[in-house]
Amino acid sequence: MFLYTKDAPKGDIRKVYGETLVELGRKDPKMCVLDGDLSTSTKTAMFGKEFPDRFFNVGIDEQNLVGVASGLAYDKDRAVFASSFSMFLTGRAWEIIRQHVGYNDLPVKLVATHTGITVGPDGASHQMNEDIAIMRAIPNIRVVVPADIHILKKVLYKAHETPGAFYIRLTREKFPIVYPEDVEFELGKGHLLREGKDLTIVAIGLMVSHALDAATILKEKYGIEAEVIDPVSVKPIDGNLLVESARKTKKVVTIEEHSIIGGLGDAVFSVLGEHYPVPVKKIGIPDVFGESGTAQELLRKFELMPDQLAERIYKWLKTL
Amino acid sequence: MVSRPSIQELQEIARRARIETIKAIYLAGSGHPGGSLSIMDLLVALYFGGYVNVDPKNPYKPDRDRVILSKGHAAPAFYTILAFKGFFDKELLYTLRQLGSPLQGHVSRKHTPGVEASTGSLGQGLSIALGMALKARVDGLDYRTYALLSDGELQEGMTWEAAMTAKHFKAKRLIAVIDNNNIQLDDFVPKVNSGIYPIEDKFQACGWHTITIDGHDYNQILEAYDEALKVSEEKPVAIRAITVKGKGVKFMENTPAWHGKAPDREKFIEAMKDLGVSEKEIEEFLSKYDRKN
Ligand SMILES: Cc1ncc(C[n+]2csc(CCOP(=O)(O)OP(=O)(O)O)c2C)c(N)n1
Ligand SMILES: [Mg+2]
Repeated sequence: MFLYTKDAPKGDIRKVYGETLVELGRKDPKMCVLDGDLSTSTKTAMFGKEFPDRFFNVGIDEQNLVGVASGLAYDKDRAVFASSFSMFLTGRAWEIIRQHVGYNDLPVKLVATHTGITVGPDGASHQMNEDIAIMRAIPNIRVVVPADIHILKKVLYKAHETPGAFYIRLTREKFPIVYPEDVEFELGKGHLLREGKDLTIVAIGLMVSHALDAATILKEKYGIEAEVIDPVSVKPIDGNLLVESARKTKKVVTIEEHSIIGGLGDAVFSVLGEHYPVPVKKIGIPDVFGESGTAQELLRKFELMPDQLAERIYKWLKTL
Repeated sequence: MVSRPSIQELQEIARRARIETIKAIYLAGSGHPGGSLSIMDLLVALYFGGYVNVDPKNPYKPDRDRVILSKGHAAPAFYTILAFKGFFDKELLYTLRQLGSPLQGHVSRKHTPGVEASTGSLGQGLSIALGMALKARVDGLDYRTYALLSDGELQEGMTWEAAMTAKHFKAKRLIAVIDNNNIQLDDFVPKVNSGIYPIEDKFQACGWHTITIDGHDYNQILEAYDEALKVSEEKPVAIRAITVKGKGVKFMENTPAWHGKAPDREKFIEAMKDLGVSEKEIEEFLSKYDRKN
């Protein structure tokens, strides 16, 4: 059912975001979109070009951006998409998100590009490794991390039709295509991408394709059969799928391009800790800041490339 | 009167600084040329006109003047000035944005001597500068604090929170310089959010003295800095410098598209020629440093 191969073509996440906004805007004449002087980069400018009356580029003022989005959304009669780089959208405007979008469960769909270390040469000031942690902590906010353009499109449609608040984590980089075009997305429902009996790998975003490659290496090099799960939505998370897999494999590794504090790893850990405690290894950005470099260099520095992941997992399994 | 190089000499420093800045961005393959070039003359006049008391040998001496680059994406221009001042070797400029380089994409105090505050997220620098100005009072020191702002970041509420607070605490020797190139990331400022204008009225309403100048005319810049030194003994001063984004490289000038991308080889050569670099020098530079080809 899943397409992924090692040489899968890449899909332009931001471009598909822009195109899908336009599609949704054609269907829904009430929908509004906002940006904070990054519309050429987040691609919301595509919506702005076609629907200038329903597009608000408010400038470099992210707290105001989320405040205005909330005002547009308070009657809960339309979807409002608000975009910027994740650092400024979720970081700068966090409390406004909490007080309005979260507290009132407004239909504001926060869609951020430029997350994780793959932001690259801009450096630590722009590398948002803490966004999942701070968005997850707010009640009502659904946190979704698409792994490729096909599921991204489904996520955007679902966010548009579902009442309430969303945080959708996109990226600067293009992602390899993992899913077929007709993939389905349901909130709180993950995808089992590869079956295995020796261990479960749970990954999100770009790390889904890296996890699949790492699973292949583990099999070929060490005969280890890893199961690979993409939960897609980190909140709510697919507890049933996780527990079922953990029951079978008894060992779980989480992989995310995000801090190991408060992200996917902790979400998985919470579920398993309560329902089926097994050893869990969290792989992600350790408790440090990033730095300038290319995306590929930084992924290697932080040991998130498939070959490195396979070795780290193998080493960890040996300690159990 | 401060003793200083002649205006011709300052202009020559700025030309050389523009060249190094564009070289660094070209080699990095990314970065922000537009806003680096627009602020260059303001930086050169500040550091080489004798307005900043800093010692590269002792970059954290307590009574040094503080310069906060609030528009942290102009890092390549700032690094060039720091290198010219002797804070580090000029060769380091060619490692900009590379893994392991002390010259991060946005200025970082953790990495680079001469950088007072880590910026890159816009709209925070004036508050930091205010804090440093208030620290001078607490410690009984009389250093000056300069905050270098962009026009786009006047849209951030925090800038104005700092402006109001500076009045309330009667901040002294606090000088804001606004690089008013009238362009932000997506477009010209009036097309995105024209609400920043008029700039002077807003600062005056917050209790600041304002000065308006052409940010590429050294007579005006030096005069404004002299006036700011005097007046800032009484109240904070905001200098609105009207500038041209991309100044010095014709195809970049006043063009939003050159806010945040590096030139390719062909455009790089064109930029170098604009800045008066000979073909021989360009060739030598490329063969020595350009690993892309
Ligand atoms: C808080 C924040 N929001 C958004 C950005 C992304 N960004 C980087 S530069 C820029 C536009 C800069 O325009 P301006 O501030 O006028 O700078 P200049 O023209 O001097 O380059 C934007 C929106 C940022 N760095 N920080
Ligand atoms: Mg500007």
